[in-house]
Amino acid sequence: MSALLEVSGVSVSFDGFKAINNLSFEIGAAEMRAIIGPNGAGKTTFMDIVTGKTKPDTGRVLWGEFGRSLLAMSEAQIAREGIGRKFQKPTVFEDQSVQENLLMALKKDRGPFAVLFWRPSSADLDRVAALAREIGLADHLGRKSGKLSHGQKQWLEIGMLLAQEPRLLLVDEPAVGMTPAEREHTTAILVEAAKTRAVVVVEHDMEFIRRLDCRVTVLHEGSVLAEGSLERVTANQQVIDVYLGR
Amino acid sequence: MRNSFVARNPSVLIFLAILALFTLAITVLSEGVGLGLVSTSFVKTLGKTLCLALIAVAMDLVWGYAGILSLGHFAFFGLGGYMIGMWLMYERTRQIVVDSLANAPIPPTPQEISDAIGSQIFGVVGGSDFPVIWSFAHSLTIQLILVVAVPGLLALVFGWLAFRSRVTGVYLSILTQAMTLALSLYLFQNDSGLRGNNGLSGLQNLPHLDDVPQSIVSIWFFWASALALALGYLLAAWVVSGKFGSVIRGIRDNEARVRFLGYSVEAYKLALFTLTAMIAGIAGALYYPQAGIINPAEIAPIASIYLAAWVAIGGRGRLYGAVIGAGFVSLVSSWFTGGQAPDVHLGFYTIRWVDWWTILLGLSFVAVTLFAPKGIGGLVDLWTDRRAPDRHGADLGPDMGSLREREAER
Repeated sequence: MSALLEVSGVSVSFDGFKAINNLSFEIGAAEMRAIIGPNGAGKTTFMDIVTGKTKPDTGRVLWGEFGRSLLAMSEAQIAREGIGRKFQKPTVFEDQSVQENLLMALKKDRGPFAVLFWRPSSADLDRVAALAREIGLADHLGRKSGKLSHGQKQWLEIGMLLAQEPRLLLVDEPAVGMTPAEREHTTAILVEAAKTRAVVVVEHDMEFIRRLDCRVTVLHEGSVLAEGSLERVTANQQVIDVYLGR
Repeated sequence: MRNSFVARNPSVLIFLAILALFTLAITVLSEGVGLGLVSTSFVKTLGKTLCLALIAVAMDLVWGYAGILSLGHFAFFGLGGYMIGMWLMYERTRQIVVDSLANAPIPPTPQEISDAIGSQIFGVVGGSDFPVIWSFAHSLTIQLILVVAVPGLLALVFGWLAFRSRVTGVYLSILTQAMTLALSLYLFQNDSGLRGNNGLSGLQNLPHLDDVPQSIVSIWFFWASALALALGYLLAAWVVSGKFGSVIRGIRDNEARVRFLGYSVEAYKLALFTLTAMIAGIAGALYYPQAGIINPAEIAPIASIYLAAWVAIGGRGRLYGAVIGAGFVSLVSSWFTGGQAPDVHLGFYTIRWVDWWTILLGLSFVAVTLFAPKGIGGLVDLWTDRRAPDRHGADLGPDMGSLREREAER
């Protein structure tokens, strides 16, 4: 299986501090991967590099069948290539309704003029309604998303991510602020999504990761410490020392 | 939720109806075509106010919706005025020159006519040759195109440079202000080709229409301004009604998030900045023939700061708020600064409103920002909130924290 995303030898430093140190990472086209690691291990910086927010000092980030470099692209171009990102803190457009948030995320032409003349067809509205059902917000389509609870905002953001139909989802701590039932639902959505696309989940909650049942990459001080099944990495003495033991 | 444009935006219809009624009432009461209860100069003031309302709508688009606090939109307004002013002044001067040379024993050559026009227009700055920028001043059509093209092009180039470098927030405001100041200082020079600090004058006299009294001309411009405001308002309401509106409001609230959704934030800002500059140019082209004179002081940075104050006082993020703000503040301002407001004698000091008006305006700006961020337009919410809630098909009962449907839908 060829890799959808291939990060190799990437380093980045902020004012002398090496946030990412010779990091290499690969993920296939339909694969779930969890990333764990202590605070400051570079998990968020890694996502910043893949989504174009941070440019690495050295290294390559290759994408897709043709191995195109993501480093020359802007954030918006990378997102249009099919990389969707969910932030640690739920960031939805609070002043706009759930429906407007989802419509904005739907995979459509993103150019200003196309958007200016675009009006939702009934198929688009049906798609949004179906997404809203999936994330449990069907009764809230007309509500301003700022009025939603924290967990609902998390879901709305996951819904927006699905609406983008990305080929790679980067999900930062999706389960924060959710009830156990909501966590289970989130797991189900992510597992379902990983059948057709690549999903990378950053999470601290081991129980949540156990339920995802996937390969785990452990980051420490900006590089990969261990990789493999959850059982294998949790048995690794180094991992226990730097992360689990604390 | 797929209603027609009007059903989704009832305020547009209400606004257009009020504007139409207002236009009709002023027409009926005017000196030119009606009962003569409203003087020609006041009709001009109202017509100018409508133009200011139009640029306020443009400002609301760019600031209230997209969050770009531009302190340079009066530069675009002024450029629009200069473009139409060039034709008005050229054509009017040409007419006078041709008339006066008609009785000469030898018919004048085109070169003589051109020289005579040149020395009439540029004598005041010690020149007589036409600068290059006056090349098209003889053509009304071309100058009308330039009314939108020149501000549009300046906004395109400036915006491309500024947005591409991701200059945002207060730094962008400072940059736009510097642009306005630079343009204004440049135009103050006598060799700028636009008559330096004299500016262009006599714009209220339309060429070839000497027989038409100003009372009629003022009504024409009043109508044109009202029409331009109506069309500009419709355009703005349409632009913000769909997904484009969602995206620019998203840019205002969280620019980075919009980028990660795949929208090119810079392209959106640039498109909106250019569009609003063109609207500002049209507003200026209608304003200055009513004012009669345009000079570089008009595009000094303070004018654009006033514009921001109008929109803030009227209510950002709602188009009618911008219109209310521009109309209310500029009319009150002309009342205070026109010497009509009675002085306040405190015994030891006399408050003269001509001097104190700016302080009053500044205080109200601060007060609105601190205590009523929705501005005057926010008062409308008090009224719409009082309507009976529409509970059809709503299951928002005692569950859901007892939110009523209307509370929830907002």
